[in-house]
Amino acid sequence: MRVIGVMAVALVALAGLWGCSEPAADNELVVYTSRNDHLIKPVFDAYTEETGITIRYITDNASALAARIKAEGERTPADLLITVDAGNLWNAAEMELLQPVESVVLESNVPASYTDPAKQWFGLTKRARTIVYSTERVNPENLSSYEALAEPEWKGRLCLRTSKKVYNQSLVATMIERLGSEKAEAVVTGWVGNLATDVFSNDTALMEAIVAGQCDVGIVNTYYYGRMKRDNPQLPLSLFWANQQDSGVHINISGGAVTRYAPHPEQAKALLEWMTQPKAQHLLAEINLEYPVSPSVQPAEEVKSWGEFREDDLNVSVAGALQVDAVKLMDRAGYR
Amino acid sequence: MRQRPLPSFSLPGLNGASAVALALLVLVPILVLLSAWHQQQWETWQHLLDTVLWRLVGNTLLLMAGVTVGVLALGVSLAWCVATLEFPGRRWLEWALFLPMAMPAYVLAFVMVDLLDYAGPIQTQLRSWWPGLTGFSARHPLWVVVTLTLVLYPYVYMLARLAFQAQGRAVLEQARILGDGPLRAFFKVALPMARPGIAAGLALALMETLADFGAVSVFNFDTFTTAIYKSWYGLFNLQAAAQLASLLLLFVLVALVLERRGRRRARFSELGGRKVVRARPKMAWLISLFAFGVLFMAFLLPVSRLLYWVVGTGLQGVDLRFANLVWRTFLLGAMAASLVLVLASWLAWVKRHQPSALVSASVQLATLGYALPGSVLAVGIMVSFSAVQGGLHELGLSVPLVGGLLALVLAYVVRFLAVAFGPVENALQQVRPGLVEAARTLGASSSEVGRRVYLPMMLPGLLTALLMVGIDVMKEMPATLLLRPFGWDTLAVRIYELTAEGEWQRAAAPSLTLVLLGLLPVILLTRRR
Repeated sequence: MRVIGVMAVALVALAGLWGCSEPAADNELVVYTSRNDHLIKPVFDAYTEETGITIRYITDNASALAARIKAEGERTPADLLITVDAGNLWNAAEMELLQPVESVVLESNVPASYTDPAKQWFGLTKRARTIVYSTERVNPENLSSYEALAEPEWKGRLCLRTSKKVYNQSLVATMIERLGSEKAEAVVTGWVGNLATDVFSNDTALMEAIVAGQCDVGIVNTYYYGRMKRDNPQLPLSLFWANQQDSGVHINISGGAVTRYAPHPEQAKALLEWMTQPKAQHLLAEINLEYPVSPSVQPAEEVKSWGEFREDDLNVSVAGALQVDAVKLMDRAGYR
Repeated sequence: MRQRPLPSFSLPGLNGASAVALALLVLVPILVLLSAWHQQQWETWQHLLDTVLWRLVGNTLLLMAGVTVGVLALGVSLAWCVATLEFPGRRWLEWALFLPMAMPAYVLAFVMVDLLDYAGPIQTQLRSWWPGLTGFSARHPLWVVVTLTLVLYPYVYMLARLAFQAQGRAVLEQARILGDGPLRAFFKVALPMARPGIAAGLALALMETLADFGAVSVFNFDTFTTAIYKSWYGLFNLQAAAQLASLLLLFVLVALVLERRGRRRARFSELGGRKVVRARPKMAWLISLFAFGVLFMAFLLPVSRLLYWVVGTGLQGVDLRFANLVWRTFLLGAMAASLVLVLASWLAWVKRHQPSALVSASVQLATLGYALPGSVLAVGIMVSFSAVQGGLHELGLSVPLVGGLLALVLAYVVRFLAVAFGPVENALQQVRPGLVEAARTLGASSSEVGRRVYLPMMLPGLLTALLMVGIDVMKEMPATLLLRPFGWDTLAVRIYELTAEGEWQRAAAPSLTLVLLGLLPVILLTRRR
């Protein structure tokens, strides 16, 4: 049975040697990202083409990537963390995984409300989360705000995505900031009471339910609507810009940050700056029908066709700071 | 060292230590997480206790009860029919019923939700016939139970079938001669005799159920695992997540120990002579229908739905990089499965030759990892590796452990040792000590005993273990996501990326490929004889 022992050692050694990540060379950057391969690769490819710098990246859930950076500590190969939702970036900053970046380019391209006040992370694209409704069964004049969806007139007509999705956590976090905990909880409780069916695990299924007539209104990120509309121009759904009379539509970001122990902090900063320039902004925004963060860049034509709207100008870091409270509030309200 | 009755070929002390080391491999990642990051977690606990925890525990118990009933009903009845009765299509159904093993739970889950949803094809069709229909929710707990049952019953089916086939007809006939009816004979004789096998299959199915996050989150069905991920992703408290995970492990440990107690070391020797009897024609057709129905629901239907999507998306994203995904998936499966097999054999060997309390406790612990949610395990391994790497760095050795393949392969070992251990231990038990002694008396050297006695007798069991682990590794998602080195994307990784964005149709191509890749071992598993 010594054979078994020898085999075990041999296999472990093989695994140990194979795939050992050799440290990145100087013309190479390492990015940890929760953005999907097919959304981020074209952007990185364009950067490589322009600068000759290759980008190695790994995708995963943002919390998992943060844990990886934390575990790797000072020896992390990661130069940048690129993820969605201010909550995740806020958490990474809280875990002391990021470093502040001073950059005139970033400051001029990224509006202050989409930048970490401590300059540890910067928005790259904006994502609007608003109300979607059935054009067959809902008169948009009856719609007004997120809060109004808690009114009794929407009983049995509302569809929501799970509270486990960070988008909803951020939305509720900003409601806590504006309305206070008590009122926000009353709204969420109202939503739950109005639900037509169990909550969905993604925005697309939610919109399909509205189309099929299971419910009449819902809350979604606009790019999911855009994707569906692209596949089916006759889609009997429309977007409604929420809270135009007061706070504006809830905005979240996808954003980037330089890690605290980045092996190449200067190149990392350069990539981040490049990503806020018009060329990358166009790419980033168009691939997934999101809104460019840079005010000087126009969104894609089809995105523009959904109309202009007033954005919530609350700094997105609020969503991060209040995310834990939001999760707890939704648990109390029975929002699954 | 005291001489053992069985010939032992290496240092006993070292062997015992290696079993302990394997057990530590499961414990260390959890212990590290429990101790490493000091955070305020009482608040998280208080919150969970006040709000969702009891509902989640209730849900988990409900799910376990449902899956237990489901996999036993399907697995045992199908195994019994296949092993003892002749019915139309038995020959191909016998192996086809393994096919659902290749279906990842999260893939079946998203196909099920799509099919059953209000907006899905089934309810849409029903509404077109009866316009007034209010419909049903595709996210009802029943569907979660059905989905997990359909992907997990093969574990019970496989082990129960082996047990029933080994019993042969003689026992049953004796029971019948002694005056028992056929049902009574089944429940009084055949079932208890097959219990160790069935229990082993059920234990695997339930551990998989406890660790599952992918399938339950598609249904948005909250289980204990949901609380673990909620603490980590939503409340940013990884330590509370680790505490919850260790509670889960404790629960599994207690359940397994109780099951062992209940069995009271009952051992049954086999009576040869397997023979199937012809069922009555009506009955036979019913059985065929039932078996085909299970196969249809668990495999044919989801595969055709995936095919439909693949055709619809026109092979989008199937390119050279896709081929690389397939290759990496296969490579990881093969590599990890071989290592797991070797370690499981080693563990079984040590347990047989040094049956001390310490060793059997270690073995028990080492096979608990299957119930650990993959991400939690992965972080634990990463933190421990990072510490080791830091220590080596202090000593002037620069070994990039984190982000290397070793960490990932180790995660697979911890997770899937349990899957391999059962079949390997069974196989080893078939090599009776007397046989080995006889061979030695006849002058065989120890290597000859290994080659000519152990290997041929154990080969079927070893192959079974290898292939089962191979399939499981290829399907594994969370640990692969977190620990994979650069460039080691797998099909499961791509499926995660696409489904996370709700792009189920585009996820069909990698899903279908993963199922087909998993089919190769399943077919090998059933064709070798």
